[in-house]
Amino acid sequence: MPVAVRIRKTIGNFCLDVDFESRASRIGILGASGCGKSMTLKSIAGIETPDSGEICINGKTVFSSAEKWNMKPQRRSIGYLFQNYALFPTMTVAENIGAGLKGNKEERKRRIQEMLASFQLMGLENRFPAQLSGGQQQRVALARIMAYEPEMILLDEPFSALDLFLKDRLQQELEEMLEDYKGTVIMVSHDRDEIYQFSEELVVMEQGRTIICGRTKDIFENPGKREAARLTGCKNFSRLKRIDGHRAAALDWGIALRLERKIPEDIVYAGFRAHEFVPVWGERRENCLKLSIAQIADFPFEKHFYIWPEGEKMQEMEKICWFVQKGNWKMLKERGMPDYLQLPEEKVMLLK
Amino acid sequence: MIEILKELDWSPLFISLKTGVTATFFSFFLGIFAAWKVVGAPVGKKAVLDGILTLPMVLPPTVSGFFLLLLFSRRRPLGMFLYDNFNIKVVQTWAGCVIAAMVIAFPLMYRNARAAFEQLDVNLIYAGRTLGMSERKILWKIVIPSAGPGIASGTVLTFARALGEYGATSMLAGNIPGKTGTISQKIAMVIQDGDYQSAGIWTAVVLCIAFVVIALLNVISGRKIKNVRRW
Repeated sequence: MPVAVRIRKTIGNFCLDVDFESRASRIGILGASGCGKSMTLKSIAGIETPDSGEICINGKTVFSSAEKWNMKPQRRSIGYLFQNYALFPTMTVAENIGAGLKGNKEERKRRIQEMLASFQLMGLENRFPAQLSGGQQQRVALARIMAYEPEMILLDEPFSALDLFLKDRLQQELEEMLEDYKGTVIMVSHDRDEIYQFSEELVVMEQGRTIICGRTKDIFENPGKREAARLTGCKNFSRLKRIDGHRAAALDWGIALRLERKIPEDIVYAGFRAHEFVPVWGERRENCLKLSIAQIADFPFEKHFYIWPEGEKMQEMEKICWFVQKGNWKMLKERGMPDYLQLPEEKVMLLK
Repeated sequence: MIEILKELDWSPLFISLKTGVTATFFSFFLGIFAAWKVVGAPVGKKAVLDGILTLPMVLPPTVSGFFLLLLFSRRRPLGMFLYDNFNIKVVQTWAGCVIAAMVIAFPLMYRNARAAFEQLDVNLIYAGRTLGMSERKILWKIVIPSAGPGIASGTVLTFARALGEYGATSMLAGNIPGKTGTISQKIAMVIQDGDYQSAGIWTAVVLCIAFVVIALLNVISGRKIKNVRRW
């Protein structure tokens, strides 16, 4: 079992209660800012100490409150990539890479040279971190981690401080650099796109608690819980009132849903992604919503429509989002705005 | 005028400088060590430690001197122990000068170092730990270099304070010409004798030193150190 984490920690009013296991070599932790995902990562690295629980990595227990065991971060062999890279400002690139290396001078020097070469940092070895670009800093930070061959690497929101253009590039670069790495990598992020691209398995956190974990693709397809669906990017939610096994009233959308599959009794919400609506011209079909536009927002590659829900109290309810990609505008222009939006059954998410 | 300068006994200057340098040397390491410990301590312990370490700066120097005198007197345990086992006398000796100056000036070093440490990006220390660096290596290779300007200005201030120390020194070390007679004590003495000329000369010397110290401080804090930029 590469990673098993079961920890609790209370800080003021905030209560961290994390519980997950994973065998995947690329694990993602998704959660909103301040949900405790960085705290979780720091606990795994040994920088923070949980109040109670257990952390096992590759069959080795690094923390166990029951056995009063807390391995020092120095001995855990876990690399940590900080959001600001935390390069040592008074050391050169070469010194930064060599900072954690053991062994004699010759060996260290050779290792530094290897790292400089494989991370394309040749010629920069005598520069200071402040003289490097963001991409170069990331490479130095990663080279510094890789130099001492950790068993596991933790990435703490590696791209969230970057502008969009740089973010795409650095993400590409990071994937390439990690390609040959055999150990486990855990990435923490609030960005669903980053996480989706990166991870095989996913842990979703909300207010200090792990609410779901499993294969990334499965969770994005069927989040199971409302908060998980929201974090994977679902925009529209409605309370659901079950009428019978196949019918339910979506209270916040003001429509009735009829599904072929059975609606389990413990389902309380329906979720629907803003890109998945199918426009309908003419007569109303099943699972349709009347199109009455409240607001339109234009984006370079998308148009966002905000639609009133049906029913009498619609003014008080949250508007429904319908996102149309640029490729589909033409169709709307030619045929005019549709009369209804259909929610295809397979896209309706049933949530707890 | 030159005649007067030639005949002047310069020993107070050397005693003061020697005391200042020695006291600064010890305060430097002790101050950094104390700051490092206090920054890492839990909140309650931090408050108590900080109070104890800063106290000598807040108390009137004569009060600190009185405590030191009680502590090191040869009629009391510590003084007795030092004298019997190591033949060290503190009261009325140059060692007393150094200890008095150190106790009074140490808080300046400690406070400056602590302020510099607290401004440090804590992730640097975390990074050091996850990279397998020992705590001592983190202190010497990461923390102190990154906190360089703060530590340097602390050192200069400590030196200045140690150089001018009067109250505690006169209590503990006394004013023995050529042995424990520092500049500050010399000035106080000659003024009591009505010798305003000597007082003037020594005042001028002190002014020169003070000016150099302040200038040095400005050079240090004004220097744009490229690689100590914070993000």
